Amino acid sequence: MIKYILKRLWHSGILAIVMSLIVFFGLYVVGDPVEMLSDDEFTEQDKIELAIELGLDKPLFEQYFTYAGGMLQGDFGTSFVHNRPVLDLIMERLPATIEISLLAMIIGLAIGIPLGIFSGIKNNSRASKIISFFTTVGYSTPNFWQAIILIMVFAVFLQWLPASGRGLTNSMFGIEWAWLSLNGLQHMALPAINLAIYKICMQQRLAKSGTQEILYQEYMTFARAKGISRNRIIRRHLLRNILIPIVTITGLEVGGLIAFSTVTETIFSWPGIGKLLLDSIHMIDRPVVVAYLILITMMFVFINFVVDVMYAFLDPRIRHQK
Amino acid sequence: MIDYKKKLATLSLQTKSIFSGHPIAIAGLIGFVIFVLIALLAPWIAPQNPYDLKVLDIMDGLLPPLSKLGNGTTSWLGTDAVGRDILSAVMYGLRLSLFVAFVATTVGFLIGVFLGLLAAVKGGWVESVIMRAVDLKVSFPGILLALMMLAIFGTGVDKIIYALIIGVWASKARLTRSSALSEMQKEYIDAARISAIPNWRIMLKFLLPNSIAPVLVMVPMSLSGCIGAEATLSFLGVGVPITEPSLGLLIANGNDYLLSGKWWISLFPGLVLVSLVLCINVVADRIREHNNPFLKSMNMQ
Repeated sequence: MIKYILKRLWHSGILAIVMSLIVFFGLYVVGDPVEMLSDDEFTEQDKIELAIELGLDKPLFEQYFTYAGGMLQGDFGTSFVHNRPVLDLIMERLPATIEISLLAMIIGLAIGIPLGIFSGIKNNSRASKIISFFTTVGYSTPNFWQAIILIMVFAVFLQWLPASGRGLTNSMFGIEWAWLSLNGLQHMALPAINLAIYKICMQQRLAKSGTQEILYQEYMTFARAKGISRNRIIRRHLLRNILIPIVTITGLEVGGLIAFSTVTETIFSWPGIGKLLLDSIHMIDRPVVVAYLILITMMFVFINFVVDVMYAFLDPRIRHQK
Repeated sequence: MIDYKKKLATLSLQTKSIFSGHPIAIAGLIGFVIFVLIALLAPWIAPQNPYDLKVLDIMDGLLPPLSKLGNGTTSWLGTDAVGRDILSAVMYGLRLSLFVAFVATTVGFLIGVFLGLLAAVKGGWVESVIMRAVDLKVSFPGILLALMMLAIFGTGVDKIIYALIIGVWASKARLTRSSALSEMQKEYIDAARISAIPNWRIMLKFLLPNSIAPVLVMVPMSLSGCIGAEATLSFLGVGVPITEPSLGLLIANGNDYLLSGKWWISLFPGLVLVSLVLCINVVADRIREHNNPFLKSMNMQ
């Protein structure tokens, strides 16, 4: 087991280094930071001094090692546009992304799983067909289009909910959160629903196919033959078994949600890290883009590592693989 | 020799068994064919050429649907801020969106299938390199990879096609490899190897035709995925250039006017986009269901 974990750790480390190299060298070709930071009054001499100050006069590999060295000490460089340490910018906006993603995940699970179990059990009923049709429409509709419709209906026509911004925030554990106040929750509603619609549709489909698979297993027939009540069968035999794949995929999807929030955050002007990334791409704020992509990459490498180790824990066949 | 007539006959029989008795899937297929025809014929059937700045009149800007334009024609779906007829813009946008998605899906599939076959035939370090690359790709969300690519290479129609190809190939390579590996266990491959038939011939002549079916099932899903991804990236302003709007960019342009009540600029491209993806997805769902023996046996019970 320890050997397996060490091997995975080794793979993850290589993956992290390769990805950080790709991101760093890839983005090196984008824009010239000296041109970005200088204005018309800069002389050639000023520009050269600026380049030296930014360390851009050194060879590429040396720049990478300087950057990687700083990264390990928590220094991701300074944003050109905001003129502040990148890590501060990202950490400041991370809570906004986390709260919106978690809320969306909770809504998705709370609505999607019951809908999926229902349409799996009553596969041929009219209600199940209608639910399945709506989830097909739901996952066929691009996220940004759903967002526009939500804004049109709930913010423009009905004027029930605000369409942009984070509203009032309150402090908890020294971090600003929106979900602690009614105003903040109102601002969270539309972006969270926007992110959740896709989740609901995916969970419904997952839970439906899971339910159908398990419904015809022999132990289900046996449980029914024993005369166990319907509710108990659903709770004890069905739910527990379909939860295994759902938990796995939900775990993997947390990372996906944070990545996907880029679109939602941009449309609803939600001040999270996704909006920060897109704004930085548009303004060619290279340090922020590089740091965001490297951090997100590290997060995915870490999530994949944890999932691999957990699988090995659950499944001895993987553990003893050569 | 391959009997093409016989092949065609089995293919049409298969198509029949996929679609008969499934009105929603048939509707989806018909809808998709109509969209493709509109996209192909756009230069001839669109009321104006929305990319030709000479025919655009700023005086016609922001007219609601069914209003008369300066040159006496009617604009059925209204105009946008620069006086572009929305109906024409949607037709041309559909053309661009479908073109990008078709090219990306096709190239992505070719690369994926080729690498999958190569991994299966060669084994060894070739296989490990390819499958490591697949693992690398599959463990990241596609939209993020595309953003990363576009941040590196800049925007444009060709760039977005590259970004989409990166998103398509990996899962196909993985599926082709596993499908080809199970084919490799069969005796006729051993026979071919003993007869010293070169690897590339085994790949193309035996493995390709016999292991491609499960991969082909993924085509419609990839196509609709590419259409949605392109629309999203263009909407975010990192996709196609502003002079040649795809459906996503048209929606983005109209988004600025939504709050002032000018709903038609975004609504019509959006409706076309959603219906297009929906048409493909219902067909894709049906094909998948048809090819999943487990689901089939369940529906019979």
